[in-house]
Amino acid sequence: MSNLRLIARLDVKAPNLIKGIHLEGLRVIGDPNEFARKYYRAGADELIYIDIVASLYERNSLLDIVDKATREVFVPMTVGGGVRSIDDAKKLLRVGADKVAVNTAAVRRPELISEMAERFGAQCVVLSIEAKRTKSGGWEAFTDNGREHTGLDAIEWAKRGASLGAGEILVTSVDQEGTRKGFDVELTRKIVEAVPVPVIASGGMGSIAHMTEVATGAKPDAIAIADMLHYNRATLEDIRAGARAAGLAVRDTTVGAKAA
Amino acid sequence: MKTHVVDYGRGNIASVCRGVEQSGGEVVLTTRASDLAKAERVILPGVGAFGDCMSQLEALGFVDAVKGFAATGRPLFGICVGMQVLHSIGEEFGRHAGIGFIPGTVSAIPKTTADGQPHKTPHIGWTPLEYPAGKGHERWKGTILEDVEAGTSVYFVHSFTAAPETAAHRLADCHYNGRLISAAVQRDNITGVQFHPEKSGAAGLKIIERFLRM
Repeated sequence: MSNLRLIARLDVKAPNLIKGIHLEGLRVIGDPNEFARKYYRAGADELIYIDIVASLYERNSLLDIVDKATREVFVPMTVGGGVRSIDDAKKLLRVGADKVAVNTAAVRRPELISEMAERFGAQCVVLSIEAKRTKSGGWEAFTDNGREHTGLDAIEWAKRGASLGAGEILVTSVDQEGTRKGFDVELTRKIVEAVPVPVIASGGMGSIAHMTEVATGAKPDAIAIADMLHYNRATLEDIRAGARAAGLAVRDTTVGAKAA
Repeated sequence: MKTHVVDYGRGNIASVCRGVEQSGGEVVLTTRASDLAKAERVILPGVGAFGDCMSQLEALGFVDAVKGFAATGRPLFGICVGMQVLHSIGEEFGRHAGIGFIPGTVSAIPKTTADGQPHKTPHIGWTPLEYPAGKGHERWKGTILEDVEAGTSVYFVHSFTAAPETAAHRLADCHYNGRLISAAVQRDNITGVQFHPEKSGAAGLKIIERFLRM
């Protein structure tokens, strides 16, 4: 098993970093890049930026934020929210994003996933799935911050996305998101079992125990952390130490370059 | 410290350029093979498939230009597929000749772990660097890894891996689920890394800085 990646997730409503509950009821947290720098220095393995209002082309948009961030942050960055075309993806990659996340546009036109994978490589394409539990015991994929139904079964959609060429699946539980009640372990496990590509579990982390729960119960490749970090309820160092204490393999950030 | 970064339409060069700038270098993006004749040092990035990268380099005249540059003894640094094409053969989507500085073949990472269990490829994530078998820190002296401690994790994203034929060309290795991965190769003034120093945090920037001082 490779190391569990610890990813800081930044939801953005430009120019602000925001945080919601169930992806709604947004609160302004601050300047996203100030937080990005802090998480980079604290040893985040990656960063995810999601523009929750999909304002890619507006003034001071996500594009500008990412353009600035990639001058100061030297770990992989996934960027999404409002990516509708190859051209949108190209713009983000050109300012230094490493992976591009798609949700709505891929639901509308799944071939976009293949087109992006062919053009930029599968490792660049992240399928973002916002999943909500249904009454029948499954999960439905949603778009627009968990507001719009797609009618797609989240697990089938993950499978299809991977077969179309998505190199990674970001699965956000809308039910758990912002609640601090823990990840949707069952959802994560079903998706991990269904796809041959890495899976990032997102939504609900409120304690270090929640990380252990999802890591052992679902075996995702990465976890996305937002609330806990933004509200300073734990640092990345605390979380990394907690992972080690629980016997989870994570990157050892204590070994590094010698002082010159 | 001018650094020519070869822009042949393959790969996310923005991050490489920003890594160089952050490390105190001055980037000269170059799309013309003839520019390399006057370059002080050259970075050859690359993302995608081996054969596609080679045919693009060939079409733009960079294969000969890079060979000519390397013959001057000035520092050349290949990153990711830019490292793979330093080898003689690539086996991604058919068999392709590489630039050939490092005798060896680039082939798919095995689909199973060393214990025979299925595992995911590409190999994505942070993996610690090791000295090549039987070597210690002396192997890294005078190379881009001089300031790096063994066990430092760096960021990888790749499905194919190089197997240098000559042990002396191995600069650093790592293991992915027990499978040996060639993380860095070096022969004289030619160095290549499979990982992304521009995405490997402070340690990665140190590696780039060291290259800039070569």
